[in-house]
Formats: sequence, C-alpha cells, structure tokens
Amino acid sequence: MMTATFLILAAIAVAGSATAMSLRNAVHCVLALTAGFLGLAGLYLYLGAQFVGLTQVMVYVGAVAILAVFAIMMTHHPGEPEERFSRLWLSGFIIAAAVFLTLARAITLAFVASPASTTQAAAPSVTAQQIGDTLLSRYVLPLEIIGLLLTAALIGAVIIAMDPKDDPSHTEEEATQ
Amino acid sequence: MIALMNSGAFSAENLDQIFVLAKHALLARTPGMLQPLASAIISIVPLMIVFPLLFAITTILERKGLGRMQNRYGPNRVGPFGLLQPAADGIKALIKEDVVPAAADQLVHFFAPVVFVAAAFLGYSVLPIGRNMVLVNLNAGVLFFFAVGSVVELSVFMAGWSSRSKYSLLGAMRAIAQMISYEVPLVLAAVPAIMAAGSLSTVDIVEAQAGYTGIFPHWFLFTPWGIVGFGLFLIAATAESNRSPFDLPEGESEIIAGYFIEYSGFKFALFFLAEYLGMFATSALGITLFLGGWSAPLSFLSFIPSWIWFFTKLLALIFFFIWIRGTLPRLRMDQLMGFAWKFILPMALLNVFVTGLWRFLPAGPLNSIRWAVCAAVLAAPCIVLSQSLKQKKKLLLRTYHFAE
Amino acid sequence: MNPLEACLLVSALLFAVGLAGALTRRNAILVLIGIELMLNAANLNFIAFWRYGPHPEALTGVLFTIFSIAVAAAEAAVGLALILVAYRHFRTTNLDRMNHLKG
Repeated sequence: MMTATFLILAAIAVAGSATAMSLRNAVHCVLALTAGFLGLAGLYLYLGAQFVGLTQVMVYVGAVAILAVFAIMMTHHPGEPEERFSRLWLSGFIIAAAVFLTLARAITLAFVASPASTTQAAAPSVTAQQIGDTLLSRYVLPLEIIGLLLTAALIGAVIIAMDPKDDPSHTEEEATQ
Repeated sequence: MIALMNSGAFSAENLDQIFVLAKHALLARTPGMLQPLASAIISIVPLMIVFPLLFAITTILERKGLGRMQNRYGPNRVGPFGLLQPAADGIKALIKEDVVPAAADQLVHFFAPVVFVAAAFLGYSVLPIGRNMVLVNLNAGVLFFFAVGSVVELSVFMAGWSSRSKYSLLGAMRAIAQMISYEVPLVLAAVPAIMAAGSLSTVDIVEAQAGYTGIFPHWFLFTPWGIVGFGLFLIAATAESNRSPFDLPEGESEIIAGYFIEYSGFKFALFFLAEYLGMFATSALGITLFLGGWSAPLSFLSFIPSWIWFFTKLLALIFFFIWIRGTLPRLRMDQLMGFAWKFILPMALLNVFVTGLWRFLPAGPLNSIRWAVCAAVLAAPCIVLSQSLKQKKKLLLRTYHFAE
Repeated sequence: MNPLEACLLVSALLFAVGLAGALTRRNAILVLIGIELMLNAANLNFIAFWRYGPHPEALTGVLFTIFSIAVAAAEAAVGLALILVAYRHFRTTNLDRMNHLKG
C-alpha cells in the first residue's frame, strides 16, 4: 500500500541525495542535500515520528547544512579546477551498486519468506512527554553520555579549528618580548 | 432589530468565535468531498491576508514613529498624514526593474527570497490567534516553529552567496553567525514556559495561562523566571530578525544592505516582507509563551474578543521593537557575539534552573518565599556577568570640546 | 509490497547513494556529506522498524534516532574542523592530493 504521499516524499529524498552527490559545484550539492533532508523529514512525519522529523529539520537543515556551507566557503580555492570524481570512480560505483543489490535482495527475500507478518497497525501516538519520560527513566545514561559527547565535540572542534595565530598564549608571548 | 440584539446573537462569545462560526458556515455549504481542501484554504487565506496587511501598517508606523523619535515628520506626502505610503512603496517595488548580476547564480538567486518567505509564513500555522483559532494544533508546536525558523538561515546564505559579491557574502556570513548565536538562547528562553505548561503544544501553553486568581491572570510573565525569560526572548528575537540594535549584517550605514544588496524590485520587497513577517511570528510566539496568548489581562475584561487581545499585544510588541530601534545604537559584531555567548546563554540556562526551583519551592504567603529565592538566584549572576562584560572603561560625564 | 518493505528499500537506496558519493567524490567535504547521508539512511531504517514492528510504545526506535542525530551532528562538526585544518596544511581539499604525510 504505497500511497502517493510516500512515493513523493521518497522521490524527493532520493533525488535530492543523488543530485547532491553528483553536482560539480559544492554549494549546489549542499543545497540539494538540504532538499533530501527535507524529504527525509517528511518521511519521518509520514511515519508518525513527529518529534524526530522536526528535530531532523532543526539539526540537519538548520545546523549541519550551514556548517557544511561555511566549511566550503572557507576552503574555496578559486584557481583550482573543480574535478568531480576521483580516478577510481568506476570501482566506487560498482561497490555501491553491489551493496544496494545485496541489501535489496535480502529485504525482498525476507518479505517473501514471511509475507504478512507486519501488522498494519495505526500509527502510535507518541507525545513529547512520553519521549521525555523515557529519556529520563530508561535512557538517562545515554542522555548524560550524549551531553558529555556534545560538550567534548564542541570544545574539540573549536580547539582543532583555531588558527595558531589566534592563540592568546602566543600573542602574550609576543607582547612581552 | 431590537429583538435580534436582545436574542444574544451579538453576545461576547459569538463575537469571540465569529471567525470560527463563519468558517463552519462556509464549510457547511461546500460539497463533502472538497471539505478538507476547503477547510485548509478557508483557514490559510485570512492568515496570508492579515499578516501582510499588518506588515504594510507596520512599515508606515515605523517610519512615522522613528521620524517622531528623531524629531522629524515621517513620510507625510502620500495620503492624509502619509498613511497611504505603503501603497506607494508597494507600487514602486512592483514596477522597479529586476536587476540580477550577470555573474550571479541564477537559480539560487531566484529561490532565496522564495525560501525565506515560505519559511516565514510556515511559522504562523502553530500560533493561536484566538480561542479555538489555531491553524494546526501540533503536539510539538513550539518545536515546529523553531525548526521552521532555522530554515531561514539557509535562505540568508543562499541570498548572500548567489550574488557573487563581496559585500553580500560578508553580510550573509555575519547574519548567519548572528542568527545561529542567538538561536540557542531563543530556544532556551522558551523552555521555561514549556516546562511550566508541561506541553510543547502552543494551544496547551495558552490554556495553562488562561485562568485568573481574583482579577489577576496566570500569565507566565508574572513570575521571576517569566520576566527574565521574556526579556531574554525579546533580546534574542530582536537579534534573530536582524533588527536594531543587532542589525549590523544589514546596517545601512556600513554595508549598505548586506546580504540582499544585489536584489531589487519585487525580490527586495519579498525579503523585506519576510523579515517583518519573521519578526511578527517571533513576537506572536513570545505572546503565546509568556503573555498569555489571547487571554485578557484582567478577568473583567474578558468580554473583549480574544483575537482583539492578541493583536493588541502584538501591536504593543511591534511598538516596543520600533522604540528600541529608535533608541539604542548599533552593536559591533564582537560585542554582539560576546553578548550572546557570555551573557544571554548563561542567563537562559540559569532561568531554566530557576523555573525548576520555582516549581518545587513552597509557596508561602503571596508566593513571597518563591519570589525572594528565585529573584536572588537570578539577580546575582546577572550582576556578576554584566560586570565581567563591561570593557574596563569608566563612563564619565560627557564634556564638550569646541574649537577655539 | 507492504510499507515496511518500501521504507527499507528507500533506506537501502539512500545508503547506496551516500556510499557512492563517499567513495567517488574528490572534495573532502562532499565525502563527509556522503557519510551523513548514510547515517540518515540508517535513521530511516530505525523509524520504519519502530513504526511497523512489535512494541512501538517502547519508543526504542525514536530514541535511538534522536541519539543518532545528536552524534551525527557532533561528528559533522569535528569532521569539518579537521577538514579545515587539513586545508590549511595542504592548501587543497582534493583528497587525491592529500597523499603524503610530510608535516
């Protein structure tokens, strides 16, 4: 029972992603990727996971895509010719196609073996309150670890990307000499 | 006629629900199959008419208001007291030539204002404009609003980068840095209201504020965390909409128009519209979260319809934004970012903590224990942080030196 | 074709597209984007199984996806910081040219 909504959303997600991986201009790639993310968010909303869909928009479209374009801006070298694919592109495509064919075969075989085992139940209504309850009762340990991980990533990214000229200890040394 | 007036058809509840009743009457007349589509269109079209109309009124209010604050008349040529100026501005924007730089990225340049306006309009779908008058009652309404608001940054980047001009790219980078820095305090300032109401749905948050003790309302503004939260929300909203004093990315005296420098005519008008719509949407969210949405400030004033209260509060906030624009000088980029990360963000985190404290402290007479403890916990770090941000300059009395 | 199978096929396709991009593109940032696409495909898998599997009230799929989004965002931030530093050293983001370890 593939409704039109599902087909349209899946088409947007796949088309956006495929375009993102094949365009020449890097910024265009990221914009196509954003369309793919929006299609995916639509799929999450279609499947009834409201919170995850909106978080996907907020985090991926609003933050990861912006990070990517900032990085492209800062590493843009105008003189360099933009070559799209590396020398080994054919083997890359063959590997990806092989992975997809294996996965598709496994999926269709699994569903041939047990055809009607997935029940067509109504979408479970999950409220943010339930997610919050579960996060703080059953998954409190992963929650705290994620907090630590995000703090470490934040501090780490700033330290890694900091220009050595901007280091305050260096400028103090130069000032005292 | 008198019988009609006495029959209660013009009662306060009917006036309050007049739009809902009109929509039901219209829906009853459409055939069954078209009803979902008709319902959506009947709900959406008034939104798309009212808020751009409010935008037109705001442009004239702002220009006249700023003019008076700066000791001059605003525009006063078109129409009586200049009130038809928005019409003149609209006609000018529509008939101006659309100049697109030859080196610009045509597709991205075209879609940037479209994305901006679409994201700005989408935010209105979860805001309750009156009792029973919300477009969609999403379970995660506030999260939807913030998710849609974060798409705006992408459109700003598209506008700045596609113009292939140094000034527009610089303006876009500054604007995005500012919007990202102030988005975290915006969401954190909204969290206490969500905690107090226990739900992410905007309708539930307004319902939680709609009661009265005596004649005083239960608005979240009248709590220590509500005052601080509303203040932080307003500051972050001003920065998110790139309004003065945070309008360095589009500062007219510095970088001309920043990221929409290469846009002219109708596309420029679309950017302008989308910025103001974003400002209205964020103000409306602030009203929903802290000022009680559509509820009246005093219980005996509830006979006035709920949507009138909503728009009154919205106009009050718009006036506040115009007032701030006319009063405060522009912040420099490093001052702006320092303010966000070193003052607003810690205060917002502290505010979330104080909300929890408020919930679990004993009330005492007239909530005095709770007020004392929470106000102390909020005031001390505020003073400490603001002292640490002051830039070591002593403020002296202004002395005037004249040429001799 | 029941809906779970359709979702799984879409997610497998997205994974393959992300893998192809990560293996064949030269620009380091686009490789990172391919990796993000693979993570997203896995998230779609989780949500599909949560929706159509047993015990959707346990919210396991939803929570795993939330954690996965958080981890992916952190990884994108650190990865892009590393690419910036590599650009400062090699003066290019072309992965075919970043092939010597001399500092």
